[in-house]
Amino acid sequence: MALLEIRNVSRRFGDLKALDDVSLSIEAGEFFTLVGPSGCGKTTLLRIIAGFDEPDGGELLLDGRPLAGIPPEKRPVHTVFQSYALFPHLTVAQNVAFPLEMAGTGHAEIRRRLDEALGLVDLADKARQFPHELSGGQKQRVALARSLINKPRLLLLDEPLAALDAKLREQIQGELIALQREVGITFVFVTHSQQEALALSHRIAVMNKGRLEQIGAPQEIYGYPRNRFVADFIGTVNLLPVEVREVTADHLRLFAAGLGEIVGALAVDARPGQRGALALRPEQIRIVARGEARALENHFHGVVRDHLYLGDVTVYKIALDNGVVLEALLANSLPGPASFLERGEAVDVDWRLGAGVFLHD
Amino acid sequence: MTERRSARHAGGPGESLTRWLVSLPPTLFLLVFFLAPALLMLGASFREPGDFGGLAPARQDGQWNLSLETYRFFFGDWIYGEIFLRSFLVAATTTLLCLVLAYPLALAIARSAKRHRDLLVLLVILPFASNFLIRIYAWIIVLGPADLLYSPFAVIAGMVYVHLPFMILPLYTNLEKHDPALLEAAQDLGAGTWTRFRRITLPLSLPGIWAGSALVFIPVLGMFAIPELLGGTGDILVGNLIKEQFLESRDWPLGATLSILLTIAVLLLAGISAWAGRPRRSSP
Repeated sequence: MALLEIRNVSRRFGDLKALDDVSLSIEAGEFFTLVGPSGCGKTTLLRIIAGFDEPDGGELLLDGRPLAGIPPEKRPVHTVFQSYALFPHLTVAQNVAFPLEMAGTGHAEIRRRLDEALGLVDLADKARQFPHELSGGQKQRVALARSLINKPRLLLLDEPLAALDAKLREQIQGELIALQREVGITFVFVTHSQQEALALSHRIAVMNKGRLEQIGAPQEIYGYPRNRFVADFIGTVNLLPVEVREVTADHLRLFAAGLGEIVGALAVDARPGQRGALALRPEQIRIVARGEARALENHFHGVVRDHLYLGDVTVYKIALDNGVVLEALLANSLPGPASFLERGEAVDVDWRLGAGVFLHD
Repeated sequence: MTERRSARHAGGPGESLTRWLVSLPPTLFLLVFFLAPALLMLGASFREPGDFGGLAPARQDGQWNLSLETYRFFFGDWIYGEIFLRSFLVAATTTLLCLVLAYPLALAIARSAKRHRDLLVLLVILPFASNFLIRIYAWIIVLGPADLLYSPFAVIAGMVYVHLPFMILPLYTNLEKHDPALLEAAQDLGAGTWTRFRRITLPLSLPGIWAGSALVFIPVLGMFAIPELLGGTGDILVGNLIKEQFLESRDWPLGATLSILLTIAVLLLAGISAWAGRPRRSSP
């Protein structure tokens, strides 16, 4: 039985469908991420799980018991708020001990669990400080310790890394994964950052306009996006307009206007004659000097249109003969030049059989 | 630490000059309108009353004409102490009643929809649009037929009525700034409605409570119009006493002494409450 079962949940705000018939289940011990652009309904869903909002339709079951009508303070579900919401008039220790105090835990037990929780997030020396005396990363850890100290069934995290700078965010991502593994509590993480979703999660649910677009492990979502929205939202993607020619047992034969035949793409349900796009990730496209393409199929002429130097890689924009512009990556394996290919240089691009996913219109 | 210090010095002499210029007007204002009058009062309290009011010359026939007579007078007669005590009691009662009435109101305004708040605040200060004395006379009309006039009750009612907005406004200003996420966090972590109020809202609103209490307590101490209009003969307060010395008994030195002692008492009280309300670190 799933830990949390969300069945056909809907929520409207006036004319806006914030959640439209959302169903999903979250297993115990999972690091589950809800990702989507702002306004996609992920925060609404989080607030409904926490109990701050009630769905207009559908139901939620926690450990098989319906959550409807149970107020937030009675749910074994805690939230780490985006602003951390640390109580400014209480010390770190008083903040972290707050849930235990609410639960009526004895003094000695509070002491013991407090030491444990502060040790867990490495803040034992900050116990007597006030929140305003802490750095952003430390506040974040206090919020985590406070939410974890009385061992909720479910921990909800509402964009907890959004307020941190990039370097710190990366470090805390690592800490979050380790922490979740250590305490074994189920995490439901909300973010608009696809990078965070991919880096942290066991499973990801991609949401858009109140609907679930796709649920799966990071490599499924990234490698086999189900539709254009998911392909485009998670990572960078090239969409090459194509038409299905032939469906064989293990791959598709596609036709791209102005280029010719493309083989080897994958799709869940494609029929001959169907129109759509071939979704190719920049790192799947290989750039070689004109005339050096080795693959027998899927190699096409192109011209370097532009490049963008990112340090570790350079992103090239290659215009194909039919006018479609693809993005491709080259790792900068030698220091020095910002690009190994000049603007206007004629090149070939190719990709392996099995690379690319066909998405119908 | 060194970094922060060097950042402060980065502004150089230009910045400190600006700071000095900005703080100059309020400093001058306080010197001219608070410190100077207080010192004049202190000086007057050691002098002798003039024959027809005012003060007798400080130096007469080559001799200083100063004494501690008024202070001896004050501490020699229990009646003054009693009036002081009664005044503090009335002020405390008024402050407490204002707090109890104002808190729910301020909380309701702070939690109401944003577009309604300005209107509600306007309603709170609307009574100021009519004259203070007229509003007190209105209470005579209200309390007269009920046979409640000229009683301690009437004095307290008038005091509470007049000073209520001074409690509501600082409380509202404080409560309105509270981050709603704090209450959600408290609820999320297991706190019920009452606990959320007691553990989060109330402690965070203490500065507002202190500010409102000061704005009510101190003016009530010096108020003489309300006891005079609504109170009976036994209801006179320090304010009446001081006014009487200056306008009726023509004993300016005693009036000055009473004023000085009142100021000292208020400052002592403010000091004690600031000390009692200081932030503390305690273990959970």
